Amino acid sequence: MYPAQFDYRRAGSVDEALGLLQEHEDAKLMAGGHSLIPMMKLRLAQPPVVIDIGRLDELKGISEAGGSVRVGSLTTHADIAASDVLAAHCPVFAEAAGHIGDAQVRNRGTIGGNIAHADPGSDIPPVLVLLGASVHLQSPSGTRSVAAGDFFQDLLMTDVGEDEILTHVDVPALGSGTGSAYLKFEHPASGYAVVGAAAAVTVQDGRCTAAGLVVGGVGAVPTTVDVSSLVGTDLSDDAIAAAASGLDAEDPIGDIFASGDYRVHVGKVYGKRALAAARDRA
Amino acid sequence: MARVLGTSIKRREDPALITGRGKYTDDLQAAGMAHAAIVRSPYAHARIRGIDTSAAEALPGVLAVLTARDVAAAGIPGVVPVGWLLPDLKTPAHPMIAADTVRHVGDAVAVVVAEDRYLARDAAERVAVDYEPLDAVADVVAALEDGAPAVHEDAPGNVAFDWEIGDRESVDAAFASAAHTVELDLRNNRLIPHAIEPRAVLASYDSSTGEMTIHMTSQNPHVHRLLMTLASLGMPEHKVRIVAPEVGGGFGSKIHHYADEAIVGLCSMKLDRPVKWTATRTETNLTDAHGRDHSTHCELALDADGRITGLRVDTAAAMGAYLSTFAPAVPTYLYGTLMSGQYDIPAIHCHVTGVFTHTAPVDAYRGAGRPEATYVVERLMHLAGEATGLGPVEVRRRNFVPPDAFPYQTQVALAYDSGNYGPAMDRALEMIGYDDLKTEQASRRGNGGKLIGIGFSSYIEACGLAPSAVVGSLGAQAGQWESADVRVHPTASVTVYTGSSSHGQGHETTFSQIVADKLGIDPEAVEVIHGDTDLVQFGMGTYGSRSAAVGGSAIVKSVEKIIEKGKKIAAHLLEASAEDLEYEDGSFRVAGSPDRALALGDVALQAYLAHNYPDDLEPGLSATSFYDPANFTYPFGTHVCVVEVDTETGSIELLRYAAVDDVGNVINPMIVDGQLHGGLAQGIGQALWENAVYDDSGQLVSGSLMDYAVPKIHNLIPFELDRTTTPCPHNPLGVKGVGEAGAIASPAAVVNAVVDALAPFGISHIDMPLTPEKVWRAVNS
Repeated sequence: MYPAQFDYRRAGSVDEALGLLQEHEDAKLMAGGHSLIPMMKLRLAQPPVVIDIGRLDELKGISEAGGSVRVGSLTTHADIAASDVLAAHCPVFAEAAGHIGDAQVRNRGTIGGNIAHADPGSDIPPVLVLLGASVHLQSPSGTRSVAAGDFFQDLLMTDVGEDEILTHVDVPALGSGTGSAYLKFEHPASGYAVVGAAAAVTVQDGRCTAAGLVVGGVGAVPTTVDVSSLVGTDLSDDAIAAAASGLDAEDPIGDIFASGDYRVHVGKVYGKRALAAARDRA
Repeated sequence: MARVLGTSIKRREDPALITGRGKYTDDLQAAGMAHAAIVRSPYAHARIRGIDTSAAEALPGVLAVLTARDVAAAGIPGVVPVGWLLPDLKTPAHPMIAADTVRHVGDAVAVVVAEDRYLARDAAERVAVDYEPLDAVADVVAALEDGAPAVHEDAPGNVAFDWEIGDRESVDAAFASAAHTVELDLRNNRLIPHAIEPRAVLASYDSSTGEMTIHMTSQNPHVHRLLMTLASLGMPEHKVRIVAPEVGGGFGSKIHHYADEAIVGLCSMKLDRPVKWTATRTETNLTDAHGRDHSTHCELALDADGRITGLRVDTAAAMGAYLSTFAPAVPTYLYGTLMSGQYDIPAIHCHVTGVFTHTAPVDAYRGAGRPEATYVVERLMHLAGEATGLGPVEVRRRNFVPPDAFPYQTQVALAYDSGNYGPAMDRALEMIGYDDLKTEQASRRGNGGKLIGIGFSSYIEACGLAPSAVVGSLGAQAGQWESADVRVHPTASVTVYTGSSSHGQGHETTFSQIVADKLGIDPEAVEVIHGDTDLVQFGMGTYGSRSAAVGGSAIVKSVEKIIEKGKKIAAHLLEASAEDLEYEDGSFRVAGSPDRALALGDVALQAYLAHNYPDDLEPGLSATSFYDPANFTYPFGTHVCVVEVDTETGSIELLRYAAVDDVGNVINPMIVDGQLHGGLAQGIGQALWENAVYDDSGQLVSGSLMDYAVPKIHNLIPFELDRTTTPCPHNPLGVKGVGEAGAIASPAAVVNAVVDALAPFGISHIDMPLTPEKVWRAVNS
């Protein structure tokens, strides 16, 4: 558990960090260090230079404006889980963050590091996809944003360019009459999600007007389930079960704890339960 | 003075440990210390065509790179021995460093010593080993098949030993006339010990004296010194000092003598410098001796009244690539001999094949053979309850060895000294509210929701291997006594030197309680020294739940000798006859004359002054004892587990766990409860989560804590504990062992509970660990 030799640089600003990225080929950005450091200690990652952006206050914090919540990339999971702003506007986001790791991990790990690493068992990606979040990136040539649904490209692969820093995510606030829920089937060893189901439903006058379900852990990237059949229904248990059973993953991931087939099955069960929980909260 | 035996005084070990001030091996620094990194085979089986160390040696700061060639050149024995011999046991050589063939992933092929541990690791990656990969076999059943790759040329068919106990013919006869029979094919899953502190060693050789001090993670420093000097390094035993500083858990894994510790010793001798090595978690998982890994077919025969008439067991037990220190004893004398359980079984036969596999060695792990035996017996008892219609409680009761039958001679060598099994079962049923649970279980079965199940495990264990002559006749290459040197200082404080070496059990607290109680002094006036071959006379260490029963008894013997000597000194001072003196509450008194008394301190001071002293007595007030027990001790109990099963996902939730244990007299109830909690966590862990998985090529795919699930606190529930007390009749404290009871009893209780929950699906068995997917597949098949 001893990493290979590397140089350490600490950035004092986003601009400086971008400059260091330009300067050092194959350098890695480190925020909370909870994905990168374990990889380095196992020598699965051997970056010649680690650029520490962990102290950039400009990338920290949660704020709401104009029906959208901005979460800085260096905001810790603990802060997200405890955020009053998120509890009011996107409670499922805070709920999912509270499931990550343990208290020590949540106190150090950041949302930016988490989604840039893009572990398929992470709790956050399905929630961001469900909520229609946008991920904001900055490079020396400017800024851009990517829809969360496009950001996660494959196993441990995202749309972050080599010269870019993930600065924040913007999450649209959930409207009134909307209930949401995140349910996790936890891996007993790693604590990652074998399956994590994020659901939201909007109910007006006893009828569903909008519904969404995104399941993590089953595929390399979050799997969106088409639950549009729920719109117009009264969200009966049968309707929910039928909608959740639409979960399909072409090439589900599997390990010695849970095979791909089993993950798909649990994804359907947890999808159903998450939708029912969201309904009950709407 | 209030009795201190039987009271929950706080562990004196804890303040330092929980504030981070404990000194573990890796905390130790020595002047001029270098660091070792061991180069390990990435293949389960391969021929070594060559090793090029030049690139590693070229790195600045690298001090040495050693291979098997250097072991040979050093002229030392250079092997890792096995310490328990069975008849016709195959004992293929286990070289400290593999010379031409590697036999499991993690087998050592070279060692790098460098100025710091990062550099050592960098250099280790530069050691170029040219391997020719060979076919491997990791599975214990596959290794016995015709044509399986051979682990050792001198062990045909991969058979290490073929062992049996009991009477095959009487068992055959029992089955021929049985009214009911039940049978089971089961796997006892392979486990990785996962002590929180990985193995570590700091070896300091001093060429000016020819002495070497080795600080290491050891459960038994004297045994390690013996094996290290005799078989590995070839040094005179008296020139080596082994010290076990704080040791962060072992569960058996730090009993055994490993290649790594010997390799680091050799490095220190070659360089004439202190050399430290601390295993990474990955190395620990690849090289610590694993536990369990059995494949078993077992059958139980019962008569029409539900009384057991015969038990037949056939087990293939993995040994791994080499025979670890006590490996051959674990699935034989610690397994086959336990097959009678708590039951009066007139005919038993147990056959065990020890099997070499291309994996880490398998050896004693918390319970060591007894959990495997209990699992066989208690799973069969569950099935017998179903087959006879008696249910799990009545079928057990009907077969318990009755209380008036002790001492009870089993059909598998052991003679139980004492026992009273019914009351523990009664208490467990009362605690759990069995009748109400049965009602709830029945009501849930109709409604399509989550199912509940209730599982029992009425276990017996044998701890404190004994006596030495018997275990010697069974193949042990070590005695099974324990030593204690008790020294009363002139001011009446006491130092105890015990050969039983603590690695988390709380010896310093409990042993001080024993001395304080017997001498009528404050426990704070007693210091307990252990884990150092230079300070402590020879001792056997801590394993097999032996420390209180064997180590504690040795202390009592020494204290009794001190009191006898003290009486002679006091009699002289009081001008009385020693026969008239009694010792109570810290004073020597003349019987019938309460004012004629001397405090222990008065006598101790005079023992060292020797100014006014009996002519025929030597000065000093200390005594050394070597206590060799007459028999094992036989703790027992009944555990009940209640689970809820979500049949939609296969997930299992623990609802209740009640354990009634009889460990004899209790020295410190809090420590006993703590031992049970830990054992239960590991046993429940085995049942539900833990599993060492090798793939077909012999790669350990559960090699990290990301894949191997040890139980975390949020996975467990508050345990409901109680005790009955049947004192051990043959040791002076009436104590039995407790360290392994939880791990022995609980796997069967958990699995029986899950199978009970799933009875409506016709499920009679699922192999451990009961992962949700396995349960779900069983429900849907």
